[in-house]
Amino acid sequence: MVLDKAAVAHIATLARIRLAEAELESLAGELSHILDWVEQLNEVDTTGVPPMASVAAASLPMREDEVTDLGCREAILGNAPQVAHGFFAVPKVVE
Amino acid sequence: MSDGALLALTLAEAREGLGRKQFSAREFAAAYNDAVEAAKPLNAYITPTPERALAMADAADERLARGEALPLDGIPIAVKDLFCTRGILTTAGSHILDGFLPPYESTVTERLWQAGAVMLGKANLDEFAMGSSSTTSWYGPVENPWRRPGDNRPLVPGGSSGGSAAAVAARAALAAIGTDTGGSIRQPASFCGIVGLKPTYGRCSRWGVVAYASSLDHPGPMGRTVRDVAVMLQAMAGHDIRDSTSARVPVPNFEAALTGDIRGMRIGIPKEYRVDGMPKEIEALWQQGVDWLRAAGAKPVEISLPMTRYALPAYYIIAPAEASSNLARYDGVRFGLRVEGESLEEMYELTRGAGFGAEVRRRVLIGTYALSAGYYDAYYLKAQQVRTLIARDFETAFGRVNCILTPTAPSAAFVIGEKTDDPIAMYLNDVFTVPANLAGLPAASVPAGLSSDGLPLGLQITGRAFDEETVLRVAGVLESAAQFRHLPSFVAEGRR
Repeated sequence: MVLDKAAVAHIATLARIRLAEAELESLAGELSHILDWVEQLNEVDTTGVPPMASVAAASLPMREDEVTDLGCREAILGNAPQVAHGFFAVPKVVE
Repeated sequence: MSDGALLALTLAEAREGLGRKQFSAREFAAAYNDAVEAAKPLNAYITPTPERALAMADAADERLARGEALPLDGIPIAVKDLFCTRGILTTAGSHILDGFLPPYESTVTERLWQAGAVMLGKANLDEFAMGSSSTTSWYGPVENPWRRPGDNRPLVPGGSSGGSAAAVAARAALAAIGTDTGGSIRQPASFCGIVGLKPTYGRCSRWGVVAYASSLDHPGPMGRTVRDVAVMLQAMAGHDIRDSTSARVPVPNFEAALTGDIRGMRIGIPKEYRVDGMPKEIEALWQQGVDWLRAAGAKPVEISLPMTRYALPAYYIIAPAEASSNLARYDGVRFGLRVEGESLEEMYELTRGAGFGAEVRRRVLIGTYALSAGYYDAYYLKAQQVRTLIARDFETAFGRVNCILTPTAPSAAFVIGEKTDDPIAMYLNDVFTVPANLAGLPAASVPAGLSSDGLPLGLQITGRAFDEETVLRVAGVLESAAQFRHLPSFVAEGRR
């Protein structure tokens, strides 16, 4: 097994996904199985091969730095679970 | 015309009928609204929009009456519920987007509406487009309108654009749009006996499409014929300033590419696609495809794509890595589901724990791991290097051939619930489709025959970047040769 329960719990914390204790065991098995299968990539000699992040042109197009949308606060806040004073509201983070 | 006769028209035929005022867009939309309702047992739609369809049809009728018809006026289509539609529930098949009403419209849907198309509703899909069976949606599995003769078990429509494919095959949409990250347009097209095209990366804007893996996501059309798909692509394609990866290249006339003339064209047949365990009938259909193209005057050429077997494992690092980053936005703060917690951290964790289904979690966790400190080089960088080699394989091959012919998928549609115990068995559905995503190449699936148990099988044409014209032309020749006229049991034997 590439990953044990503790490793899965750590990854889940990094990914901010709460898992039940009972799920860790089966996920450790499933994720290890997938990673084992992916290991076959090591058969490929990639010495000196550049990584490809995208097939699209590498340079990003530039445009004038000007405001193109404005005054859509209500539209943006319209889907928020909780709003206060024109802002997104979240549980208190500073005591 | 009777409803049945209206629903049997292709897009190209309907365009003509509407233009000649043989029927109105409103009649047409009403017939399709009824068909959407009757197709409910298939669960192909998450949100039907019948009133919107009628309003759009009325606007089309006014233009038709004035003699100012737009290219898609009155054409009723299904929209994969991954495209944001202003003010209309957009779910990505996920619990975590509960109640999300986008304040904006995706570029591709905007263009379709500007071309006169009529929206029938939002089509079901695998959650966040992650899957090959359309069984992972929060809104339940989609059923394929096809069944094996004498066997009542419901089959998957393929995925992730399974709702779109099932709707088109069941005549509950005239055409549809989907997205394809690893095969999600082509494999369901193959499973449902319709045509699906994944265009070149950058041909259709991704703006307003819920992101799964941004460097691999491709919006594209699905329809009953190659011509229908060409007409749809025409309206969808083109540069968009809001998507920095959308290509600044001219959009040709795709329908004009359907000349039927492939004489002298060189068709690559990659020997590495003869994978272990591929059913004999799929191998035979592939050979049949070679023979059809040869008979039409093309020259089959054996080619080698040696990196083929590494495409799937590379994909299952790259796509989850991008997904883990893209899906970080679902945090319970700005839209969708929120599960309250004592702290901000706890709210994030509880929201994401409750909001994501099993396959999405699996991929976000794999992606998080592959990008984490100490593993980045071993997994993510390695996979990106292999991606380079896969793209080079195609470059080399396209020095010798105009396009490549392969099967679309290694099997026909399977029973709902099969292949769910082992994620890798499910991933293998995409073994023939994933390479074109990694290389960003255009590829189409055309229904070419039936399996021994009476289910549709597709053949795939892959072309050079931005050469959808060749892909469509060859696909058109295959379509003419195959004369695929079979109907799914849902249509042939009446609704379930």
